[in-house]
Amino acid sequence: MGKYIVRRLLMMIPTFLGATFIIFTLAFTMPGDPLAGRCGQKPCPQNYVDWFRSFYGLDKPFIVQYLVYLGHLFTGNLGISNYTRNTVVHELAIRYPTTLKLALIAVLCEIIIGVTAGIVAGIRRGGFIDALVTVSTLVVIAIPVFVLGGLSQFAILKFNLNSIIPVTSNGSWRSLILPGVVLGSLYVAYVARLTRTNLVENLRADYVRTAYAKGMMPARAIGLHAMRNSLIPSITYVGASLGALMGGAIITERIFNINGVGSLIYRSINQRDGTTLVGAVLVIVVIYMVMTLVVDILYGYLDPRIGHE
Amino acid sequence: MADYDHLLDVRDLHVEFRMRTGIAKAINGVSFYLDEKETLAILGESGSGKSVTAQAIMGILDSPPGFVTGGEVLFQGVDMLKMSRKQRAAMRGPKISMIFQDALSALNPVFPVGWQIAEMFRIHHKTNSSDAMKAAISLMEQVRIPAARQRFKAYPHQFSGGMRQRIMIAMAIALDPWILIADEPTTALDVTVQAQIMALLKELQDEHDMGLILITHDLGVVANVADRIAVMYAGRLVETAPVVDVYGQPRHPYTIGLLESVPRLDTKLGGVLPAIGGLPPNLLAMPSGCPFNPRCRFAVDQCRQGTPPPLESLDAKGTRFAACWRVADTAVVDWRVDEPVPDERVDDMGVDDEIGGWL
Repeated sequence: MGKYIVRRLLMMIPTFLGATFIIFTLAFTMPGDPLAGRCGQKPCPQNYVDWFRSFYGLDKPFIVQYLVYLGHLFTGNLGISNYTRNTVVHELAIRYPTTLKLALIAVLCEIIIGVTAGIVAGIRRGGFIDALVTVSTLVVIAIPVFVLGGLSQFAILKFNLNSIIPVTSNGSWRSLILPGVVLGSLYVAYVARLTRTNLVENLRADYVRTAYAKGMMPARAIGLHAMRNSLIPSITYVGASLGALMGGAIITERIFNINGVGSLIYRSINQRDGTTLVGAVLVIVVIYMVMTLVVDILYGYLDPRIGHE
Repeated sequence: MADYDHLLDVRDLHVEFRMRTGIAKAINGVSFYLDEKETLAILGESGSGKSVTAQAIMGILDSPPGFVTGGEVLFQGVDMLKMSRKQRAAMRGPKISMIFQDALSALNPVFPVGWQIAEMFRIHHKTNSSDAMKAAISLMEQVRIPAARQRFKAYPHQFSGGMRQRIMIAMAIALDPWILIADEPTTALDVTVQAQIMALLKELQDEHDMGLILITHDLGVVANVADRIAVMYAGRLVETAPVVDVYGQPRHPYTIGLLESVPRLDTKLGGVLPAIGGLPPNLLAMPSGCPFNPRCRFAVDQCRQGTPPPLESLDAKGTRFAACWRVADTAVVDWRVDEPVPDERVDDMGVDDEIGGWL
């Protein structure tokens, strides 16, 4: 197991280097000029332009810029935002708590609503709840998040619930409930369907029949034997989705005015703030890789047939 | 002590599967019995209702779509079909247990095998986990799993096919049942392992004084192990008799066909092995008359119309039964159709050797 983890961690190095190169290149080739509009109505004075270019290394060739960036990266220095003049690490640190809260609310929705709905639908296959889950998840999957977000805000305001569930965010838990639910809704739908499908399949499995043949009542045959197998894909899916959610949600954060990592990325693209953009995306890449590893290790524990030798 | 005729008495069992495409009558009035320590083999091709019968007796039919629509299943004189679900579940394990064809899928892949055996004690006797573990290890030793103590925590996929079936058997005999139903226990195994598993089953049957219902389509296995045979076709019992009688003179044309299609030492090499022509009937569209009539070389008009022939006694002792209008004619059929040809066999063996060398 230890060997497996070490191997996987080593494999992350080339992945990470590849990702840095691609993202850096994309940010470098982004059209536009970080100095445009920087000095109000007038163009910036030449000495400021020269200082800016040399401070951020923009006067050097692309490959040199990249290598310098990599060098800083290994000392934990993500650079300084050319828009706010704060370090990128600081920009991320003040936003990550909000993004984590949002991700946590979405994941809780997945586990509580998604898994429960999937289990009920799977056990009562062909029943009313099953039909309800199948149709409602399809609707949620089909509606884009910006429509769902707007509709939910409209509904909250229409019924004067804004004081209980705010439609815009100030970073508090309560103000993140609505965006969290909207953000999680798509994952909830997928988890519900995944859980249902796996449960339906496992209820027909031979080993469930064996469980009955051993004299078990349905509570144990389904609740322990079928469920233990059916929930493996759901658990790993939830884990993977947590990795994705921790990368921030650009659209959802914009709709609900949340100052999270998604908003930071959106802003840095708009302001041609390449340093912040590359730094933020790289942190997301690392988080995603680590979460994927955690999920894979978890899978080995949940399903003994998956060996990590 | 016993106020019942047979250990297990199945009377006029009917099972149907209610599906969107229609109602499939999978079992149509099957009656048979099993005495203590006896081995009954239920024979028949796929879809004849062997496994469904076993599942109906166990009470583990997939329901829906399967429903027991009539009959009685008497265990020591008590009709299990009239029991509550809870009473029925309590029977499975201590009274009747079952092993399945494919032990890999029949064992839960995510629990250690020892745990799965120990579970029998934990659910039926509420045994604490360390006692259940000890009992499970001793069962694993009883079915001769090498290094049982070390393998207690191993998972089903870490065992070979034969060892997995041994685990299944250990689980089934854990609570010392009266009856063990073995649903094609050796079909998924290779030939040498098949023999070991059958020998083990036989040995455990003697040790535990169990009745054994062996569901199979392997006539070779049946001849060595069974006391009596029940042959099923299209959800009906077509012939039942002591095993020596069936092999001596099968009386139902379907049984004759089955025996003819078994390769024997004296089967002429290079010849065509006889097979029963046609296919088993579709349960949703049964032929009128005897269900076997479209494939039967004895069929006459009487077989093609009206109701299927009833299972009738063929001898005064009341041990032989067949469901055929033409039992009078099948009594004189010599089912060993081809003559033994010892000289030719020697020649043919030579040819085989040549081919072997050439390859």
